[in-house]
Amino acid sequence: MRAADALCEALKAEGVEHVFGIPGGANLPTYDAIYDADFKHIQARHEQGAGHAAEGYAKASGRVGVAFATSGPGATNLVTAITDAMLDSVPTVFITGQVRTDLIGTDGFQEADVTGITLPIVKHSFLVTDPRQIPEYIHAAFHIASTGRPGPVLVDIPQDLSRADIEYEPAEGPPDLPGYKPPTEGNIKQIRLAAKALANAQRPVIYAGGGIINADASPELIEFATSDKLPVTLTVMGLGAFPAPHDQWLGMLGMHGTRTANYAMDNADLILAIGARFDDRITGKLSEFAPRAKFVHVDVDPAEISKNVPAHIPIVGDAKDVLPKLTREYRALKADSGRLEGWWKQIRAWQAEYPLGYEDSTDSEIKPQFMIEAMYEATEGEAIITSDVGQHQMWAAQYYHFSRPRQWINSGGLGTMGFGLPAAIGAKVARPDDPVVCLAGDGSLVMVCQEFATAAAHNIPVKVFLMNNGHFGMVRQWQELFWDGRYSSVEMGDSPDWAKLADAFGWTGMRCADKRELKDSMRAALEAEGPVLLDVHVSKTENCYPMIPAGAAARDMVG
Amino acid sequence: MEAGTPDLVKLEDLEASRALTGRKHILSLLVENRPGVLARIAGLFSRRGFNIDTLAVGPTDDPDVSRITLTLDGAVHPIDQVTKQLHKLVNVLKIRDMEPDQTISREMALFRVQASVESRAEIMHFAEIFRAKIVDVSRRTLTIEVTGSNDKIDAFERMIRPHGLIEMARTGEVAISRSRPDQ
Repeated sequence: MRAADALCEALKAEGVEHVFGIPGGANLPTYDAIYDADFKHIQARHEQGAGHAAEGYAKASGRVGVAFATSGPGATNLVTAITDAMLDSVPTVFITGQVRTDLIGTDGFQEADVTGITLPIVKHSFLVTDPRQIPEYIHAAFHIASTGRPGPVLVDIPQDLSRADIEYEPAEGPPDLPGYKPPTEGNIKQIRLAAKALANAQRPVIYAGGGIINADASPELIEFATSDKLPVTLTVMGLGAFPAPHDQWLGMLGMHGTRTANYAMDNADLILAIGARFDDRITGKLSEFAPRAKFVHVDVDPAEISKNVPAHIPIVGDAKDVLPKLTREYRALKADSGRLEGWWKQIRAWQAEYPLGYEDSTDSEIKPQFMIEAMYEATEGEAIITSDVGQHQMWAAQYYHFSRPRQWINSGGLGTMGFGLPAAIGAKVARPDDPVVCLAGDGSLVMVCQEFATAAAHNIPVKVFLMNNGHFGMVRQWQELFWDGRYSSVEMGDSPDWAKLADAFGWTGMRCADKRELKDSMRAALEAEGPVLLDVHVSKTENCYPMIPAGAAARDMVG
Repeated sequence: MEAGTPDLVKLEDLEASRALTGRKHILSLLVENRPGVLARIAGLFSRRGFNIDTLAVGPTDDPDVSRITLTLDGAVHPIDQVTKQLHKLVNVLKIRDMEPDQTISREMALFRVQASVESRAEIMHFAEIFRAKIVDVSRRTLTIEVTGSNDKIDAFERMIRPHGLIEMARTGEVAISRSRPDQ
């Protein structure tokens, strides 16, 4: 069998139904094999788009996302998406073409050292040196990408090797990788210790992140938190892992989190961190982060534990294994729930004093926060929302109350502008029966607007709700607050005419600038056939609050 | 059960382990003998800001496995974090943070020293004390091979430097654990 056909067979054996990519010279044999393959190939219009679509697909479904690119520029265009997948632990496999083996190292046409370039941004990578390795590496790549802490794996295949003839039998069982043994089960003694500390804590907080979603451990998290009345906050990556409208929900924490969540962290005596990594957007000034707390840290990646904040009780393991055991141990202790009454009284006082809010316009002007609230109502809180990066992302995190895992798809770690549209395309391919809305920023969307063509060509009916404020809004906000209002290159002007641009790509383009019409416009966009862009003109200079200024402590929140 | 009963853990008794050990560490890594493995390790060190003091790479008894021995300053780097990051590399098979008192470590060094007629005897005397070997000689220089612990080589360097050290090449330490007496 031709090695490129074996590649497709290996993908099929891994259960692949959809892949994203762009053909080119060095992956011509692969694309010749894809011509007959059983999975569906979705041609993107830029490799970065293919990469983010694969991420959106993976984040919406929990399955491995796959993207193809050719050698050289095709592969380097994937770099942002690969880095994004690394920072957000997204199970993805990237398959790149490479120049012929006799050209490697000669600066051949479209040659780039892609395994070298991507070395710091992959969970693992393979450069094929023998055609028989092609299916073997594909199986290994899927195994590595999807187990332990998920992440991107790159397989770089020289053109001549993918044309060679090889024997191929689908692999049975996991591949032999002597240096890769991801932990799964948490140490029961440590779990017992954590339960005993929690049962004694007077001011506990559960701080959970994207690891809960990757582990499919949302039900287990809810079960544990509600086994007593334990307050819960989530990172931007974790939103949806605990239902937002819930009595024990404190809101998101971190730079643009709620005051309640951040003050609770600041005052906690015990913090249970699960599947979260104490990012600087969470901790603010590290030396003043949660100064009264002891930390139980549960993570499947041992290197995350004590990386930024020293853990008092480290537990290495999969949240799905650890949480039920922790619930069992905790219940057995029959902790006195009454001990938390004082803590809840304090939390309720913060919630009453510092609710999320904004000053709405008195005329037809659409405030950005109002736009998110309208989105929440128009979608009945049920849509899968993808987002770009910036103010709109934070407002969505604050005002769209995510109630289930995999409902919120954003770029948290790398903060990639332009993530939203291709991710929405991937999410819609993975979940065709769910409404998928990309909440875009105008600064972000223009960076990937070629992907309008992808959705049109494949008739992927995503809806883009564009929060158009004519600025790189978050940068403008920082220039206003921290750079004396010296606005340097943050205005975008009114180009393009978004509705016309959408029309030109074969979408339905719509526009709304009046808040009285907004919900109806959104409903019309959701009900219309095919992909729709709704260009929503919002206040140009609204700031996103509350906010912990970079490098400050939680109690120094402003706004 | 009441909160604070002996069965529960008192939060004030909980302590986090210290990140810095304050001493030199020798890490002995067994890695797959494949292209690019050293680049992965070196890349990890550079992007995490870990500074390697010495590094030695060589074969083991198994042709598919290489050994990388590296030394790091535990006063500057959290060794625990270094080893955990290394463990995440798929090509790294095994890592040992060598216990100082249960480890034999050696480094080899070559020194080219100025050796005038007047100083030649003294340098050769130093070499003898350090059980070093003269491996090359010219009218004005001596080349000396020294093997030993890191400290011994440092000491030898201090002794001969005043005579005029022209060039020095050191291998970096390699290490192996001591056998137990009953083995």
